[in-house]
Amino acid sequence: MLNLVYFKDYSIKKNVHSYRQGDLFIAHDVNSGSLHVLDEGAYDVIKAIEKLQEMLETVTTEGICQILRQAGKTVIAEELSEILDELEELRKEGTLFSAEAENVLPMYPEKPIVKAICLHVAHDCNLRCEYCFAGTGAFGGSRTMMDVETGKKGIDFVIESSGHRDHCEVDFFGGEPLLNFGLIKSLVEYGRKAGKAHGKTIKFTLTTNGVLLNDRIQEFLEQEEISVVLSLDGRPEVHDRMRPYADGRGSYAKVTPLIKQFAAKRPESSPYAQGTYYYVRGTYTHFNLDFDRDVLHMADLGIKQISVEPVVASPKDAYAFQEGDLEKIHEAYDRLGEELLLRRAQDRDFNFFHFNIALDQGPCMIKRLSGCGAGHEYVAISPEGDLYPCHQFVGQEAYKLGSLYDENPHQLKDEVVKSFRSAHVYSKPLCRECWARFACSGGCHAANVSFTQSLTDVYTLGCELQKKRLEVAFYIKIKEIQQDLM
Amino acid sequence: MAKHIQTIVKANLSSTAKTGGCGKCQTSCQSACKTSCTVGNQVCVK
Ligand code: SF4
Ligand code: SF4
Repeated sequence: MLNLVYFKDYSIKKNVHSYRQGDLFIAHDVNSGSLHVLDEGAYDVIKAIEKLQEMLETVTTEGICQILRQAGKTVIAEELSEILDELEELRKEGTLFSAEAENVLPMYPEKPIVKAICLHVAHDCNLRCEYCFAGTGAFGGSRTMMDVETGKKGIDFVIESSGHRDHCEVDFFGGEPLLNFGLIKSLVEYGRKAGKAHGKTIKFTLTTNGVLLNDRIQEFLEQEEISVVLSLDGRPEVHDRMRPYADGRGSYAKVTPLIKQFAAKRPESSPYAQGTYYYVRGTYTHFNLDFDRDVLHMADLGIKQISVEPVVASPKDAYAFQEGDLEKIHEAYDRLGEELLLRRAQDRDFNFFHFNIALDQGPCMIKRLSGCGAGHEYVAISPEGDLYPCHQFVGQEAYKLGSLYDENPHQLKDEVVKSFRSAHVYSKPLCRECWARFACSGGCHAANVSFTQSLTDVYTLGCELQKKRLEVAFYIKIKEIQQDLM
Repeated sequence: MAKHIQTIVKANLSSTAKTGGCGKCQTSCQSACKTSCTVGNQVCVK
């Protein structure tokens, strides 16, 4: 019989997320990371306990029965006692109603260990995407290219700053980085040599809109094993509306064949962004709330690694999500989940980034609490050599960490480093109580700051989408495991 | 065999609070503009 006294100090709402998805009743145990499928009776019992807690009532068998009856359920004593027994077994086993690990906080060395940089090699772009956070490439400044000296200094910086870590990451970003392909080539060569001299492996990635992805560049990316993130929004009309050239023409017709061609070179690409991978990513907005069709459009093009993500916009933008969009977005995720399962069963498999979760092989608690590491493990470098917490903060003076041209570039501005380090899950009031906290890691600092002007208050619309994606991701995981067991 | 509940994934995340924190894993980004990897999608390298 379930020990009901336990629920005096244990909040279900925060620690066990139970919900319906498709034909399943699911319980996710937040602290252990376990997943269970319930029958309707067991689901009702957990929800009844949750309800009692919400009403600030003591949890008793009588109270549970009362809630069940109020909801029009017939209570069969024998069945209820079976359920309570099973719940107790799982509680004892530590896979349901498990307690939160205490006093865990991310610990950092005194001096930041920066192991990843984002090099803004071109603050210019050959497209004029509507939703670009970079002010169509220029980041609020003038259109500039990074020079070789700055690029090399950037690579030296990450090699030195990464201390005893033997892996560093360098992402070529923009604007459109391929506008400065000459520099990328030189820096890859330089980085390989410098890395070797210091016993380090540098993993290069490139984020591009695909316009310049010609054969020569594709070959280079293949040869150098550079992971590539390519931008495509989906159906032609959706893509062209948001991703035009400066003269207003759409870019779909140009980039799609190139992206397809490149994706076909990497059939074994990892959905978990391991090794040398590619991802084709898009952004959905108020204009395509049925973005599941855009994902499927890309899958139909033969693209296997797909990510389509919600735009982060200011409410005055026409493409920003509006009151009432949320339900449609949820439905789109539901449909996408079902379609993904269907296609997998037919061997027409593809991966949707946000539905891939490595449950039991996922990262440790410490990583989950600290999130992206912007501002102390990860920095972005502007064409001029200025250092910022991440690519989205580039150009925002208040967040500048320093410059590669400072006497000691490793002396990052202390107050900025500290504010990012301390913006972990437990410092955010809403996240502390949220069931998604260990998968979400408190969201994106840049989105949070742009909506709330604070690193510790979160962008709540983003929360709703995050939680929905997780619900569908768990559902898919369960369906697949059940299939394998059959 | 339990009648009402089927455990699909048995995990022990809390215990990694003690064993984890090595910092060897890839940097992640939770945002929409740069799909390197989000924490939720990541695999532990240990
Ligand atoms: S950012 Fe939102 S969804 Fe993520 S953990 Fe915090 S409250 Fe939960
Ligand atoms: S602050 Fe946001 S955009 Fe920047 S690295 Fe972190 S998650 Fe990514």
